[in-house]
Amino acid sequence: MSWIRLPGAPAFSIRFDGVPVTAVPGQTVAAALWAAGIRSWRTTRGGGAPRGLFCGIGACFDCLVTIDGEPDQRACLVPARPDQLVTSQAGTGR
Amino acid sequence: MSYDVAVVGGGPAGLAAAVTAARTGCRVALLDASPRLGGQFWRHDEEASGAGHRAWSVFAGLRAGLLDTGVEYTAAAVTWFAAREPAGFSLRVAGRPPVAARRVVFATGTYDRALPFPGWELPGVVTPGAAQALLKGSGVVVGARVVVAGAGPFLLPVATGLLAAGVRVAGVFEAGQPLGYARRPGAIAAGKLWEATGYAATLARHRVPYRTGHAVVAARGRSAVSSVEVMRLDRQGAPVPGTRRTIECDALAVGYGFTPQLELPLALGCDTRLDVDGNLVLEVDVAGRTSVPGVYAAGEVTGVGGADLALTEGRLVGTVVALASGRSSLYPERELTRLLARRARQRRFARLMHEVHAPPAGWLSWLDDATLVCRCEEVPLARIREAVTELGATDPRTVRGLCRAGMGWCQGRVCGYPTAAITASLGGRALSAADLASFAHRPIAQPVPLGDLAGLAPGPEPGPGARR
Repeated sequence: MSWIRLPGAPAFSIRFDGVPVTAVPGQTVAAALWAAGIRSWRTTRGGGAPRGLFCGIGACFDCLVTIDGEPDQRACLVPARPDQLVTSQAGTGR
Repeated sequence: MSYDVAVVGGGPAGLAAAVTAARTGCRVALLDASPRLGGQFWRHDEEASGAGHRAWSVFAGLRAGLLDTGVEYTAAAVTWFAAREPAGFSLRVAGRPPVAARRVVFATGTYDRALPFPGWELPGVVTPGAAQALLKGSGVVVGARVVVAGAGPFLLPVATGLLAAGVRVAGVFEAGQPLGYARRPGAIAAGKLWEATGYAATLARHRVPYRTGHAVVAARGRSAVSSVEVMRLDRQGAPVPGTRRTIECDALAVGYGFTPQLELPLALGCDTRLDVDGNLVLEVDVAGRTSVPGVYAAGEVTGVGGADLALTEGRLVGTVVALASGRSSLYPERELTRLLARRARQRRFARLMHEVHAPPAGWLSWLDDATLVCRCEEVPLARIREAVTELGATDPRTVRGLCRAGMGWCQGRVCGYPTAAITASLGGRALSAADLASFAHRPIAQPVPLGDLAGLAPGPEPGPGARR
C-alpha cells in the first residue's frame, strides 16, 4: 500500500522506462514512481550507485531523471502529466 | 513597471509580509517557486481541505488576503538571480521577464539538514521533509515500515502524519534530550508544550517507541534500505559502545534541523552570522533589515525558528517595508510593540530548541573512511581527511578544491554543513561562519537554461557579495 488517498480527479498514466505508471493530478513524477514501488531512477557517475528521492523539495538533486527526452530534471519538482515519458539515466544523463 | 516591494517566498513569512505590506497600499509582487502557495509548512495537494495541517485557517486567511489586497502573486516563479539597480533591485525569474522593485523581502525558507552516516545514500533513506512532502503534496507514503530519526520537533509531526496515513512507524529516534525543555520551563510557550504532548500521546497510542538520546548510525541494504542501526548516545552526544541494535524498515526519514536558503541575499552582499544551531543565517535588526539598504528578510533565513516565528517576522517586515515606502503602518504603535515582544519571545524559544536538539557532538565518530560526505561527487570521508591532514588544507574552500566535495549538482547545499564541520573538527577548531559561507555563495541561485543566462548579458553587475 503506497497511496493513502486517491484525490477525486481521475488518474492517468505516465511511462517509466516503457512501463505504465499510474499518477494523479498534482503528484510529482517522483511521487508517482514512489507509489509504484520504484525507489531509484538514476545511477551515479562515479560508482554507478542507484539514487532516487532524498530531500524531496528540490535542494539535493539526487532525484535527477530524464523526462520527455530532457535529462537532469528534478523528479521531486516536476508535476506528473498524462503520457509523460520518464527514463532512468546514468552518469551525467547526457 | 516597478513594485514598492518584491517578496521572494510564499511560505508563512513571505505570505504574511506580502499581505501586510499590501494592506497599507504598497504595490507588492510575491514570487513563489512552488506551484502551490504555503511553503513547506503548508504544503498541500490539489484538493487539500486543511485536514492534518496546523494553523490552516491562518493560511486560508492569508491566501484570501492576497486577493483582497491585489498582491501580484506568481506561482512556480523560480527566482535565480538578484541584482542591485539604480532605483532598487532586479529579480530574474526563470522563463519570465525580470521583476523590478524598490525594496525586496527574502523569505526563502529552509530545507532539511542532513548529517552523513554509512549507508545514507541508499534509496529509501530520505529526509523528514521529503517524507512530509510526499505525503502532504502528493498523497504518497514513503514506506510501509518507517524509522524516523534525527533531531528536532519536526520529527514528531512527520511520524504522526505517517501513522495517520496507516504507516507502521518502527521507532522515532531523537538525538537530543527534550527533557532539557523541562529544566527551563520559563522559556516554554504553553501552546508548544501542549502540541508536543499531543504528538507524544499519538505515538503512545500506536505503541511507537520514542527514544531520546538515540541516533541512527548506519543504514543497510542492497538496492534500497532494508534496516538501520541505532545506538544510544551519552550526554555528550557520543554513541555508547554495546548499545547497537538493528531495526528492519523499508524507509528511513532522517534529519538534524534545517538549513536556510541564502543564495539570493548573499548575492546582494547581505551580512551573515553563525546561529546557535550551527547554521549560517542573515544578520538582521529587529525590524528585519539586512546590512544592505532596501533588503529585508523574514522567517527561517534570519535563524530557524518555525512557522509561528516566521509569521510574526513576516508581519513585522511587511509593516516596516510599508513605513519605508511612505505608507502608514497597518498596526497602531501598540500593536507593533506587541509583535516585537512576541518575536523576542519566539526567538528565545527557538534558541532553547536549538540547544536541546543540537546535532549530536559525536556524529563524526560513526562515519568510516568510505562514508560518502558529498553525495553528488561521491567524496568519502577519507578524501576530506586526506585534503586536511596530508595536503594541508585548513579551510573548507581549499578542501572543496582538492577533493571536489560540494562541487556537484547540489553545489554544497547538502554536504556544505558536514564538510565545513569536518574540516573545522580535523583542524581542532570550532565551526565558524566563514567555514559555512564558503559553501553558501551561489550567485546563480537555481539551475537555469543557458538562454536565460544569456539574457543577463551585458546585464547588471553582480552585487559585491558575488565573490566566486
